[in-house]
Amino acid sequence: MTADTPSFSVLGTSALLFEAPGSTELKTQQRIWALAAEVGAWPEVREAVPGMNNLMLSLAHTPRHLGDIEARLRSAWADIHALPLQGRLVELPVVYGGAAGPHMADVVGHTGLTVDEIVERHSSPLYPVYALGSHPGYCYLGGMDPRIATPRRRVPVLSIPGGAVSIGGSQTGVSASDGPSGWNTIGSTAMCFFDPKRHPPALLQPGDTIRFLVEKVIR
Amino acid sequence: MIEILSASALATVQDLGRTGALQWGVGTSGAMDPLALAGGNILLGNDEGAAAIEVPVFPFQVRFTEDCSFAVTGADCAARLDDMPLLPWWAHEAHAGQVLHLGLPRQGHWRASRAYLCVAGGLDVPAVLGSRSTQLRGAFGGHEGRALRQGDRLPVAGGCAVGGRRGTGHGLVPPALSMPLQVDGVPAVRVLPAAEYTLFTDASLAAFWSEPWKITAQSDRYGYRLSGARLEPKADIEMRSHGIVPGVIQVPSGGQPIVQMRDAQPTGGYPKLGTVIDADLWRLGQAPIGSHVRFIEATWDEAVTAQDHASRWLDEARRLVELQRS
Repeated sequence: MTADTPSFSVLGTSALLFEAPGSTELKTQQRIWALAAEVGAWPEVREAVPGMNNLMLSLAHTPRHLGDIEARLRSAWADIHALPLQGRLVELPVVYGGAAGPHMADVVGHTGLTVDEIVERHSSPLYPVYALGSHPGYCYLGGMDPRIATPRRRVPVLSIPGGAVSIGGSQTGVSASDGPSGWNTIGSTAMCFFDPKRHPPALLQPGDTIRFLVEKVIR
Repeated sequence: MIEILSASALATVQDLGRTGALQWGVGTSGAMDPLALAGGNILLGNDEGAAAIEVPVFPFQVRFTEDCSFAVTGADCAARLDDMPLLPWWAHEAHAGQVLHLGLPRQGHWRASRAYLCVAGGLDVPAVLGSRSTQLRGAFGGHEGRALRQGDRLPVAGGCAVGGRRGTGHGLVPPALSMPLQVDGVPAVRVLPAAEYTLFTDASLAAFWSEPWKITAQSDRYGYRLSGARLEPKADIEMRSHGIVPGVIQVPSGGQPIVQMRDAQPTGGYPKLGTVIDADLWRLGQAPIGSHVRFIEATWDEAVTAQDHASRWLDEARRLVELQRS
């Protein structure tokens, strides 16, 4: 939601959702990270989980009344300063197009750009990791060039492989494991994003940055 | 050890779920009917969250390779130990070599679709990120991160202790009988409105609360796809990805709601009409495919009270089992 004030809502009795106002921005996300760090330490909060300019609080126990925690959350947000996390830069070599990028033609068709232009625009930016979610090790990224934005597929693909690099609307991402997706797959990377035996198990965390390196372009 | 004799897919090892791993994109998993899992464990003197087998497809058979106390909870699936019929929601003893058969759930006294096979001591699969539940998408947890197959052998913690402190020969009244919830004869669950609730048309909201919703065949541990009236927002709703939990009712553009279940991904981006309250998720988890469900609008206070009732059911179960065993 893009109202002027933050929105507070419940997800049943086990979680609360706090949504920042305004358009999606890194500056706002840095405040979300700061809020997550602060409220994650509250005794009734099991986990504070950033989304895209929003924060879900998974509750350790259900409060009897909601008013108190809502007021504390709003007050914490009003006082919070952006936390510009200095994460790592992770470079991901990508093979664009060909069998590993089956929907490149759809992105070409939608944007009117050539494959090389799409690869250039996709591999130029530094992408900040805003949040993790969807499936183990998956990252929500900011920073994609709006000129290569392509709507999600009308019919989702039943399974795209782990490592698939894809575009969904104005966002891009990399699948961390095989699974269904409505996004347009334009390439693939061999990186392992999640290993439950590692600590932490996810390769990336909010505040890290991704750069896609062009390993090969199959036209 | 217990050995899986059935080829039937989709049976998984579950406990009460994996918490604290959302920050890495890991959903909770866990039993679709947590009261049945906890009840079975209470009957055996286990920790309430000990790992068990969740069985959604029947018939299902296992062989005990050693003497073992066990309980079958959830659906009443005409369980037999070799040829001996067994009471559901009851602690039993098996001897080495005996075979447990679970048949099609009986839809008599209560309707249910999933059975839980709990064993004394609990299944001794490794805990991964704090839980023994199977994470199917991430392919970890449970037994080798996957559904069970014919020939799998699952170790039991403490080697299946029989009798002694734990004892057998006692049971529990299933929560479906002691805490029934129906509207006009249709099983029901309580729902708290979610962030986009007021953005749906009045006609959609009226239909949501007043009509029965069919649980379609495209329903599983990830989500229940329901069919019924078309639910429409007043205007297109632009959403940003955000955390969600099991129970959240998302409405994609097709207008047919999807209730997130235990294996659901931990983030969503569709408009949310409401969330089935935690205290009632077991009811939905047991609702058979093809059956109908009704939604009851709840207030926060009512949802908190419902949770108290579920806790009280567990307290009472513990007390009764203690009485029966002493």
